[in-house]
Amino acid sequence: MLRNFVKSLSARNLRCSIKNNGVSQSFISRRFIAPLSTTEPALKAEKVKVTFIFHDGKRMETQANVGDSLLDVVVNNELNIEGYGACEGTLTCSTCHVVLKPEDYNKLPDEACDEERDMLDLAYGLTDTSRLGCQIILTKDMDGLEIQIPETINDARV
Amino acid sequence: MSYKLLRRVFSSSSYNKRPQICIVGAGPAGFYAAMHLIKKLENVNIDILEKLPVPFGLIRYGVAPDHPEVKNVINQFTKVAQTPSVNFYGNITLGKDVNLQQLREHYDAVLLTYGAEEDKTLGIENEDATNVIAARNFVGWYNGLPCDKDLKIDLSCKTAAILGQGNVALDVARILLTPIDDLKKTDITEHALSALSESKIKEVYLVGRRGPLQVAFTIKELREQLKLKNCRTIWKENDLADVDKVVPDLPRPRKRLTELMLKSFNEKQTMSDDGNIKYFKPVFFRSPNKFLIDDKKQLTGIELICNKLVGEKCVPTEEKEILNCELAFRSIGYKSVQADKDLILNDGYVRNDKGIVEDASSNLAKVYAAGWLGTGPVGVILHTMGNAFQVAKLMHENLNNIDDKNKGGFEEIKKIINKSNSNVIDWNGWEKIDNYEKEQGKIVGKPREKICSVEKMIEIAKK
Ligand SMILES: Cc1cc2nc3c(=O)[nH]c(=O)nc-3n(C[C@H](O)[C@H](O)[C@H](O)COP(=O)(O)OP(=O)(O)OC[C@H]3O[C@@H](n4cnc5c(N)ncnc54)[C@H](O)[C@@H]3O)c2cc1C
Ligand code: FES
Repeated sequence: MLRNFVKSLSARNLRCSIKNNGVSQSFISRRFIAPLSTTEPALKAEKVKVTFIFHDGKRMETQANVGDSLLDVVVNNELNIEGYGACEGTLTCSTCHVVLKPEDYNKLPDEACDEERDMLDLAYGLTDTSRLGCQIILTKDMDGLEIQIPETINDARV
Repeated sequence: MSYKLLRRVFSSSSYNKRPQICIVGAGPAGFYAAMHLIKKLENVNIDILEKLPVPFGLIRYGVAPDHPEVKNVINQFTKVAQTPSVNFYGNITLGKDVNLQQLREHYDAVLLTYGAEEDKTLGIENEDATNVIAARNFVGWYNGLPCDKDLKIDLSCKTAAILGQGNVALDVARILLTPIDDLKKTDITEHALSALSESKIKEVYLVGRRGPLQVAFTIKELREQLKLKNCRTIWKENDLADVDKVVPDLPRPRKRLTELMLKSFNEKQTMSDDGNIKYFKPVFFRSPNKFLIDDKKQLTGIELICNKLVGEKCVPTEEKEILNCELAFRSIGYKSVQADKDLILNDGYVRNDKGIVEDASSNLAKVYAAGWLGTGPVGVILHTMGNAFQVAKLMHENLNNIDDKNKGGFEEIKKIINKSNSNVIDWNGWEKIDNYEKEQGKIVGKPREKICSVEKMIEIAKK
């Protein structure tokens, strides 16, 4: 329990706004404090519908909390996407690669920062509307978001 | 009752009928393959055999100590290991304690994921000189790999050269150039920390055979190096000439990487040198020709051949150059070893077709290879993951075609191993080691203090 809590803290600490750089990360962030505050439940209750679409065409619909990252959604709903979120949201793995529809991609409040783009450059099947799921924070107006999970299987030699 | 049926009735009492899978090597490839197999097969038994008493392969012994985030993947692997159908058996070496033929007799499928642990050599004069060091051994030394803990390295000199321009070369450069106070907070080994705190290294060259458009390191690692505290990057004036002209036509990853190099090259370096500044110096188009030594066989420099680009190809010229340095690292890649006599190695990896290791004895279990052993030592964990999933998928498909699943698995292997080795370490044993290391780390303000001796690991695991 405590371990999970600590884990989710560290996962949340590395949004782009805090430029992560090796050992000198700051471990204080707004998102860290937010869940502990008493005024939070009202905001927490807000949900949006998101749909994950897998490479084999399977769809999975879920209600997600506003303020959660797509990585949080995958973890909290036990979506069991193989290998997803290996670095727990610290921008060092790109296993959380997602592809969005152009209209959704353009609506996102923040553009990918350099560090996110650096990781995306390693991803298989990179597209113009690719993002890292751990960097996308759900807002109220993202209701109905469709998220494609590209295939991770690829031959490293070709 | 037919013989086959009889055998089944008989054996179901002693063995259960779950497919028995053996994975050799507890690195990312092994764990990712297990992750896929337990997801696809409800009823399966997977035994992961590992040479060391401890799991995780290069996540523990390769990934740099100042990259703890990368190691978070250990949490996913731990979940896999804690699944009832997965067993970890550490301190078992393929080719020593057990051979491939035996594994094939007692399992339904064998997956080899034992990595690529040997480093490639240059094959040039004086490569055995004092202070010419394999980057991989240096990495093993600072990360606590038992066989590298006594590495002899002299850091009392001013200049070091790294031959090679991949991510491991950058790891080595960064560890040499990072302020010691930053390393103190990591799980770097105590012996490395104490040696590095006395280091007099002032400048580190990163020498590449080819040009800036061919570097093998990735952008994240370069960006980190360029941002390093108290470190200035000096590019050679001519090396990046004309590169800007081709940038627009490059594919995105290469384009962004090249743009970052150009940006750094064009930046006015304002850091004034108060004596604490260190220098990072990439050099392109240079191939080492021989190591220069003094009469005590101590390294004094490297003779380099200057190369030039002809079209896409890099060709040597008549021109030579001397790089004075008293420490050199070889970081030009790895190869897998032939752990078992039945394996055929090609170009440093096990010969295989999309993961299937071909051979004639089809009456034995199929053999597969994944990760660096199967693909060659290229790519990051993400690529290893993709390959492991792919090979595991194939294993799953082929397992469905075996109808006679009566193999004894580890029950039988144990009998073979016990003859030579009574110290098999299970997951519980690893957890004891893990806790011990974390406790020891706490004392000195580090996430963990690794145990660097196999005997000590066994002692703690067996307590
Ligand atoms: C120095 C270094 C730093 C790296 N840093 C990063 C990084 O920061 N980020 C990243 O994404 N990638 C990194 N990589 C790449 C990454 O480590 C590899 O992609 C990955 O580890 C390959 O996995 P593997 O399972 O094939 O091999 P390994 O990780 O090497 O695992 C092989 C396992 O097999 C065991 N073994 C060996 N021989 C035997 C035997 N005979 N019997 C039984 N077991 C045996 C070994 O002990 C080991 O545990 C790094 C690589 C190196 C070399
Ligand atoms: S979870 Fe690793 S980069 Fe997003």
